[in-house]
Amino acid sequence: MARRKNAGNQEAIPLSTTLKRLKPFVAPVLPRLIGGFFCALGAGIVALAIPQVLAKLVNEVLHYNGASGEVWFAVSIIAALGFLEALLIFLRRQFVLKPAAGVETDMRIHFYQHLQRLPVSFHERWGSGQLLSRSMSDLSLLRRWLAFGAMMLIVDTVTVITGLTLMFFHSWILGLLFLLGSIPIAIKAYHFRNDFRAASRLSQDQAGDLATAVEESVHGIRVIKAFGRGRDMYEGFNAQAKSLQETELSKARTLASFLLTVVAVPEVILGIGLVIGIAQVAAGTLSVGSLVAFFAIAAVIAIPVEAMGMLLGMTLSTKTALDRHFEVMDAVNDITSPDSPATPGEFTGAVELEHVRFSYPDEAGRARPILADINLEIRPGETMALVGITGSGKSTLLNLVPRLHDATAGTVKVHGMDVRDWDLEKLRTEIAVAFEDTTLFSTTIRENVLMGAPAGLDEQQREALLAEALDVAQAQFAYSLADGVETLIGEEGLSLSGGQRQRIALARAIAAQPRVLVLDDPLSALDVRTEEAVTQRLRAVLEGTTTLVVAHRPSTVMLADRVALLRDGRIDAVGSHAHLLSTNEHYRYVIASLDDDEQESQIPSEVNR
Amino acid sequence: MSQPLGVANEDAIKLTGAERKAVRQRSFRLLAALALPQKKMFALTVLLVLVSNAARVALPLLIAFAIDSTLPAVREGNWAALGLTGGAYILCAVTAGVMLSWYINAAARISQAMLLDLRLRVFRHTQRLSLEFHESYTSGRIISRQTSDLETLRELLDQGVSELASSCVFIVFTLASIFMLDWQSGIIVCFAAIPVTGLFYWYQSRSEVLYRESRVVSAKVISTFVETMTGIRAVKAFRREKANDQNYADLAEQYRANNVKSFNLFGILQPGLVLLGNLTVAGLLAFGGFRILDGTMQVGVMVALLLASKRIFQPMDEIAMFYSSLQSATAALEKVSGLLEEEPTVKEPPAPRSIEQVRGELAFKDAVFGYGDGPVIMDRFDLSIPAGQTVAVVGQTGAGKSTLAKLIARFYDLRSGSLTLDGVAIKDLSNEQLRRHVVMVTQEAFLFSGSVAENIALGRPGASLQEIQDAAKAVGAHQFILDLPDGYDTDVNKRGGRVSAGQRQLISFARAFLADPAVLILDEATSSLDIPSERAVQHGLQTLLGNRTALIIAHRLSTVQIADRVLVVHGGKIVEDGSPQQLIADGGRFAALHKAWQDSLV
Ligand SMILES: Nc1ncnc2c1ncn2[C@@H]1O[C@H](COP(=O)(O)OP(=O)(O)OP(=O)(O)O)[C@@H](O)[C@H]1O
Ligand SMILES: Nc1ncnc2c1ncn2[C@@H]1O[C@H](COP(=O)(O)OP(=O)(O)OP(=O)(O)O)[C@@H](O)[C@H]1O
Ligand SMILES: [Mg+2]
Ligand SMILES: [Mg+2]
Repeated sequence: MARRKNAGNQEAIPLSTTLKRLKPFVAPVLPRLIGGFFCALGAGIVALAIPQVLAKLVNEVLHYNGASGEVWFAVSIIAALGFLEALLIFLRRQFVLKPAAGVETDMRIHFYQHLQRLPVSFHERWGSGQLLSRSMSDLSLLRRWLAFGAMMLIVDTVTVITGLTLMFFHSWILGLLFLLGSIPIAIKAYHFRNDFRAASRLSQDQAGDLATAVEESVHGIRVIKAFGRGRDMYEGFNAQAKSLQETELSKARTLASFLLTVVAVPEVILGIGLVIGIAQVAAGTLSVGSLVAFFAIAAVIAIPVEAMGMLLGMTLSTKTALDRHFEVMDAVNDITSPDSPATPGEFTGAVELEHVRFSYPDEAGRARPILADINLEIRPGETMALVGITGSGKSTLLNLVPRLHDATAGTVKVHGMDVRDWDLEKLRTEIAVAFEDTTLFSTTIRENVLMGAPAGLDEQQREALLAEALDVAQAQFAYSLADGVETLIGEEGLSLSGGQRQRIALARAIAAQPRVLVLDDPLSALDVRTEEAVTQRLRAVLEGTTTLVVAHRPSTVMLADRVALLRDGRIDAVGSHAHLLSTNEHYRYVIASLDDDEQESQIPSEVNR
Repeated sequence: MSQPLGVANEDAIKLTGAERKAVRQRSFRLLAALALPQKKMFALTVLLVLVSNAARVALPLLIAFAIDSTLPAVREGNWAALGLTGGAYILCAVTAGVMLSWYINAAARISQAMLLDLRLRVFRHTQRLSLEFHESYTSGRIISRQTSDLETLRELLDQGVSELASSCVFIVFTLASIFMLDWQSGIIVCFAAIPVTGLFYWYQSRSEVLYRESRVVSAKVISTFVETMTGIRAVKAFRREKANDQNYADLAEQYRANNVKSFNLFGILQPGLVLLGNLTVAGLLAFGGFRILDGTMQVGVMVALLLASKRIFQPMDEIAMFYSSLQSATAALEKVSGLLEEEPTVKEPPAPRSIEQVRGELAFKDAVFGYGDGPVIMDRFDLSIPAGQTVAVVGQTGAGKSTLAKLIARFYDLRSGSLTLDGVAIKDLSNEQLRRHVVMVTQEAFLFSGSVAENIALGRPGASLQEIQDAAKAVGAHQFILDLPDGYDTDVNKRGGRVSAGQRQLISFARAFLADPAVLILDEATSSLDIPSERAVQHGLQTLLGNRTALIIAHRLSTVQIADRVLVVHGGKIVEDGSPQQLIADGGRFAALHKAWQDSLV
């Protein structure tokens, strides 16, 4: 079901522009790469020289009845050249591979670091498979190109140009003919470039989407199994994999037809050249020696010409891979610390939202933003419940406090200071969040709970903190698991029960010891009893901690000193539970389970809105 | 054979002799199984390469022929000979080109067919594997098997199996020509095979461990990456960025170090082979040189011999490259084949039974269950639910409610005892039948990226838009869906991030509504809903449930009002069982729960 997204804008970015962006990574290792280039060139020359030297030695040095010293002389020359060739090959690899792998790794680490800092809104749009393919396969393509492709492309180009010059030297007519032959190749190369680049980009994107599909099929395995939809998933994947296959095949076809041109055209031209050359020799306008030399050179450059076809393909793939990489690196991070972050005068714990407006990017321009005009003041140390119907924007509002999203307009203040003036990390140290869907990690319970724990605690303090957090969240069950708090909880904590997961996530928020606690429906998966126990303990802990808690149930509202009612993107009313219950009809509608007549009998109704 | 190893020792780098043998064998078996269906194509590509190369070899011969024979003929006025030679040359040139491009297409076809085959095998298999497996084997690992491990196979195939064949043919022919020139020299060249083999052997034993390590490390890099991206909210909220940076950088560095090690190893093999080749030539030169001195060898023969023996080592480079890719792919296939070796713990019956008309009667007998080989969670219980009954399951968190539900949905199998649907053990039902009749809405409302409509249609693929909308209306989701920018076609984004938690639950619910099963299991399906929506859902439920069997797990006892029967689960046991009224009257746990709940209401 996964869709192709982020297909990238296909408008062509010139190769040189893409390559220029490699500069900061490649510049430091450039000397080594150049060293490697000369080694490659040297090794090539030695390889070509050995047969020449052999022939010369045998023909000129060795002869019947000669001295044995002459044999040893010849042997040592060949052995020395042989060593030299091996050494140059060895050195080329030594020069090139390490820095190329270094560039790859540096860019990979940068990529990860950049991704971690990109806002949540970015991650909502991008599948992790797609990102993964950009961090792994795309960059290893770059490494291979740096270590091999780029270098060989240069070596081959040099060889071909030298060869062509020599050919002109031997016969300008034949040389010209040969040059004419490169016109169809150039035309073909132009089309090849466009087609291959498009196909290569498409295949890389499809491979990324395929990885995303794999990821979803694993994360959603419960739903797939519950509905027995394995087959449909398989078919969807099959279709996706097949279209990737089709793209790969069309890539191969493009390359094959280009290579056909590259191999056949020069040789056909040579065939014609042969006829003309022989005729010229017969007519006495060309020497046999020149003809032979011409063809000898043509034979030598045939190999690099063919290799250049392949290398061109490799270069194009690398280019599109890099475009994909930089596409993500170019994504702007619009949630960053300001250049000179301020510090609040006093860590009061107050949280205020003033005329806050927010709409999601794809909702932009809609008449009614999710949050239209929010004014809410949470006093220091106070616990405020946020109530509203499903989809009214409670979670959205909560996300604004730790700056997971930025308000479109208006200001959010923590400790009386605009969150945009805060150093991001400091801000988030002040705030701990328990999300509505518990995002746990596949490590131990201890690691999960202590994730946000203040830095600089010693072992004992951490242990005490862990114990307290688990205790408050009523998660003592952790100790009775097979390995106690060292138990691995499986991916996303799925080897725990729903309520257990939620309590661990709550414990994690508590263990961060924040001044401001943001809890998104933290008790939804708990039974009434446990909920009561948690509520009691939390009330004690929350003393002095400013808390904003989303509540769907009266029982959760009980945690709060005051309640804010969210409706149509505004805070409709703020007050105590009892007060709202008696004064606000919408509040009754949202929170009261009893039918109206039942309510009537319990609370004196005074509908005055 | 003993028990298959599966993924058990996946992270091990140093293996015992027996383990090594087992994993190597399964890896080669997999490779062979993938290659076998392509054998005709392989034969074709080898043929194409040979013809293409032969055509290319003919070109210089034609030039020599032109100079030696055609030129004198032309001088005598025989212009037809020139035309013929030129024509032959062009024919060979075109043949070489056409064969080459055909070969590239054919080779790509093989490579892609094998990759697709493996990709689908792995996908199908991971979908087949039970939840138990997925709980410990993270998605990152599976992704790593499906991406970077497959990539190594691709590299191997791109290295050109057929070119390898043509290299071998080349070597054989060159060797034969050396023997024909001078058999003694031929023997010397053959002796060079000893150090060459030794070098390859040395390389293989070293690289095997490195490549194995590379797979383990790359899986770690990938898993870390995926987990960070999946949990990015928590990462940000708990400021894990720096610690993660460090951790990831360490892993990436480890991966790099490993790569560099294997490059270095190859960096010895490759020049080593060149050196051996050159030394062989030097050896031949010494051997032949003295024979020239004493006149037992001709200079011409000598030159030809030396050039041929230099050429014979040229394809070694390609062979070495291929060998190295083979090592890398084998290491990767060791892992992939391990994954494929895993057997689902919940097995499809070999001879499934079917039920004509499912009524929906469920019965547990002497059932015992525990996850994996962990402690027993549900100890020896009997439970029978007559067809059409609506049963509410309540109890403390961690009591075992979801476990009970997941057993009925056959996410796991009982350790002992039996579970039957209409008298047929659910183990004996085909997966397809079971899933059609028993549907569970899990505690985690998972949406796939794709449109709202597609997500609901997961309940019944092929459902019309009208049916989808009806399902959405029934659970009270229609209105909010219409309010989304593209209505039913709105993409809900990865994991349904585009909609709110409650909306996700409503969509999951609509999905189950659409599936229309005989047995419906709802595990906390309304926990994130506000009270009005919950009420709407309950209203929908009442019509939906009609006469089907339903198991409803809920902490909000409001749901219990529509139940015929209540089960209280505690510590893995069913401690109370009866109608709601009866249990309230009895004054046990449920009565207490109910009272607490009532008090919490307003
Ligand atoms: N990433 C997003 N992009 C666009 N729209 C979104 C996104 N996330 C949520 N929405 C929309 O914003 C609205 C508010 O969502 P939010 O998650 O804040 O609701 P909520 O009040 O928390 O609801 P619930 O009680 O169900 O959790 C919903 O209508 C939802 O469809
Ligand atoms: N996949 C699993 N692997 C191992 N243990 C598990 C797994 N799932 C649940 N458990 C354990 O089994 C016990 C019962 O869990 P279960 O999910 O059935 O509880 P529950 O009654 O549904 O609780 P909740 O109300 O919190 O959802 C718990 O102790 C839990 O830790
Ligand atoms: Mg929410
Ligand atoms: Mg549960």
